Order: sequence, then C-alpha cells, then structure tokens
Amino acid sequence: MNALTVVRAGALTTVQDLGRPGHAHLGVPRSGALDEPAHRLANRLVGNPVEHATLETTLSGCAVRADAAVTVAVTGAPCAVRAGGRPVAWGAPVRVPAGAVLEVGAATAGLRSYVAFAGGVAVPPVLGSRSRDLLSGLGPEPLSDGARLPLGAPSGASAGVDAVPCGALPLGELVLPVVPGPRADWFAPEAVGVLAGGGFRVSSASNRIGLRVDGPGLPRARGGELPSEGLVRGAVQVPPDGRPVVFLADHPTTGGYPVIGVVPGPFLPGAAQSRPGTPIRFVARRG
Amino acid sequence: MSAACGNGIQRVLPVGRHALLVEVATTEEAQALHAELLRRRDAGALPPVREIVPAARTVLLDGLADPRGLAAALPRWDIPPVAAADAPLVVLPVRYDGADLAEVATLWGVSEDEVARVHSGIEFRVAFCGFAPGFGYLTGLPERLHVPRRATPRTSVPAGAVGLAGPYTGVYPRSSPGGWQIVGRTDAALWDPEREPAALLAPGTRVRFEERGRRA
Repeated sequence: MNALTVVRAGALTTVQDLGRPGHAHLGVPRSGALDEPAHRLANRLVGNPVEHATLETTLSGCAVRADAAVTVAVTGAPCAVRAGGRPVAWGAPVRVPAGAVLEVGAATAGLRSYVAFAGGVAVPPVLGSRSRDLLSGLGPEPLSDGARLPLGAPSGASAGVDAVPCGALPLGELVLPVVPGPRADWFAPEAVGVLAGGGFRVSSASNRIGLRVDGPGLPRARGGELPSEGLVRGAVQVPPDGRPVVFLADHPTTGGYPVIGVVPGPFLPGAAQSRPGTPIRFVARRG
Repeated sequence: MSAACGNGIQRVLPVGRHALLVEVATTEEAQALHAELLRRRDAGALPPVREIVPAARTVLLDGLADPRGLAAALPRWDIPPVAAADAPLVVLPVRYDGADLAEVATLWGVSEDEVARVHSGIEFRVAFCGFAPGFGYLTGLPERLHVPRRATPRTSVPAGAVGLAGPYTGVYPRSSPGGWQIVGRTDAALWDPEREPAALLAPGTRVRFEERGRRA
C-alpha cells in the first residue's frame, strides 16, 4: 500500500473530507473541508470520488513524499507546486514519481490549498469521516514532520484538463450576505444597520471553528444568554463583546449567545479563504 | 409562525435558508418534540433532514430542502408528552468522592452521604448533548437541588467526572476544562467512536447513577 511521509507539515495541515454530518445531536461538529468546492475539484482532477480525503493546508503549504508514484492535484489557494524540485502545474493532475518530494508552496492568495492524491488519504475514519475536527479533537492529528499517512488504491482515471477556475478567493473584499434570524430580536434596531454599515475586517483569531470579525460591536437589545440552542454552519453569533463570529465547519453544535443571522453556505468557502485584515461587507438578505 | 399551537410549539423560527429552530416552553416539551421528530423520521414521515438537534427549549432541524413547508405543518402536529419508561435506561456506577462533594452538600444543606443517596435516587433523562462529543445535559434535578457553576472553572476535569451545574447533571466524556461541581466519578465509557451509538448518553436516554462507594 502506498503511503506518504510528511517532509514539512506547514503551519496547520489537516486531513479533510466532506465531514461527519448527522451526529450534531451527540455534540459532534460536522467538520470537513472549509473550501468544499476546492476539495471536490481536487478529488475530481485525480479521478477520486469527492468523498475521498485530501490535505487542507493553511497559508504556508506543506511537503510530502510518496513511497510509490502517485497522481496529485492542488486546488484552493493558488501556490507554487514542485515535484522532485521541478515546477509543476497548480490546478491540474500531476504525476509525482516514487520518492520525489511534492512541495506545496505558500499561498499567493487566499489561505487554504487542497492536495488530492489518487486513492485518497486513507487514515481510519471516525464516525464515517477522516476529517480532523479541531474543536472536539476527532479524526487524525494535524500533520507533523515525519508522520506517515496511508494512501488508498486509485480507482478512476485522472481528468484531462488544462486549467481550472480559481474558485472562492475574494477579490479585495469579502461580501457576506446575511439572512436575518433566528435571534435578530435580541439586538437593538440599529444593529442590522451597523452590520451593513461596514468597517469590518477578518480577524487574525479566525480558525476552522469560525471567522472572527474585527469592527464595530453590534448593540444588543437585551443582555444575558439564551438557553443553549442548536447552531448551523454560517450562523453569525454575537458574544457579549458584540464582535460577530461566522461559524465554519468545526463550530460547536449548541451555544447560548444570540445568532443575528446566517450566511448562506455557498459564501462560506470565500470566508474560509479570506486572510486576516480582509475587509468584510455584510449585506442583509431576505430568507 | 407564532404563539400557542396547542402542541407546545411556541414559534418556528427560520435559520438561514435550510434550517428551522422550533421553540417550546420547557425542556420536557423539547424532549417530546425531539421524540416525535425521531418517530416520524423512522416512519419515513419526515422530509429529509441532516441534523435534528434538541436543546434546552428548542429543537433545530438543519439541512431541509423546504423549511417553509415543514414550518407550516409543524403547528398541526400531535406531540404526545414523553412517557416515563419509553426510552433505554443506562445505569452508571459512581464513586461519590468528587472534589466538590462537600460544597454541594453545603449548598443542598445535607451530609455528603446524603448527596450520594439523593443523586443516585433520581432518574434523569438526557435532554441534549453539547460542549463535547458525548457530553449529555441530564434533567431531573428538582429546582431546590440546582447549584451554580464553580466561580473559577477547573483547567482539567478528568474523564468520567460526574458534575452538577444549574438544572443539569452530567458526566465528562473525556478530560477537559470544566466549571461543573464535581461530586463523583464513573468508569463507564461515555464516548466510544467505535460503538454504535458512539455516545452512551444520547438525547432521550434515561439515566440512573448507582452508588459504588464514597472514598477511594
């Protein structure tokens, strides 16, 4: 069986697939690739089913060496890709010879690149998923230098493409539609105006759990906390300091701070690819 | 959708474009609604839904294709109250030697032996899970036995620690920081991803604690 050796783990590289839906009632986050379209595309490029596990890098890329030759593809955040020291294509299937190092460089835009290997990263699944959930610690540990990762047997032919679109990367500004509710009534009437008024930026405290936001606080109409209630991905939760958090894949399943609105799913990959400091424009939308 | 549907549902709130938050007045009503949702899903009488998440006074339905259709139908549902013995019973052996046993005894105004006797004499029910995989919030404590969280949370509470906080009792499925008042410890495996279900204390489960001694 083919396997990878981690040569350079990078700042934070995790194994991700489509996550483990259906367990939120047990306190288990869905998890999964933050930029899911990029994850799916990387799998398709190497001929994998979209459920196969890929590597999700964070800003600084990673480097791995495979025991045997393997077809790979890198998508998501664009970056320089090298195989055995030679530049190879980003966003296309590439054959990496046995023993050669695949070097996924630092992101030149966005945050997270996805690296698919024909056959997929075949670590043992936990509750049906190989995703690392950083909130609850389920799934394989984040990559560390020298770690070994098994690869599955390739099942399909790689795709014959010349170029792929860049996907979810925001151009200068991150625009996030927000469908108001379920607890918009916990906020002062002017809160929605403050949200839509601008002055927000992606905080460096953002992670796989949530996109944290620097900017004006959202005024509450009432203090205190709600009894714990279920949370969805994309929920814009407002803790007591008034600074919203947009929940991403590893978000807690329940919480007591009010949710002023929800960012629809198709806009979350862009949120996950936005670097700290990126201006955010929230736009109120009807359900 | 608002107010008094006769079946306990107070409001059905849209959450984004594919989810609903159904509000009821009490945890017992949330448990009853959750049980009814599971019955209907098992009977194939519920539209496809990715997650059904009960909580203190709500049930979240996430991943619905047509949330408006379900929101319109919910107020007409017949939702029977949960019956006493309609769910699996889990018995957890507990050694009542927790670090906060004396504090809880003081708050309850009883001896430490009596805390063990009272706590192991109540039948609890898992209202919902949260905080960590397999961490169940168990209801059943009468109001006079509710205790506040610790003023300063512990940085590490051991796996199996049995705690109290507000209206709830619960068991830490693994070592983690925590602010609950710890009265004892169980060796039961609360969380095992290899087991189906992975959580021993899934919502709806009835729970009894069985005293297995006080001091180590």
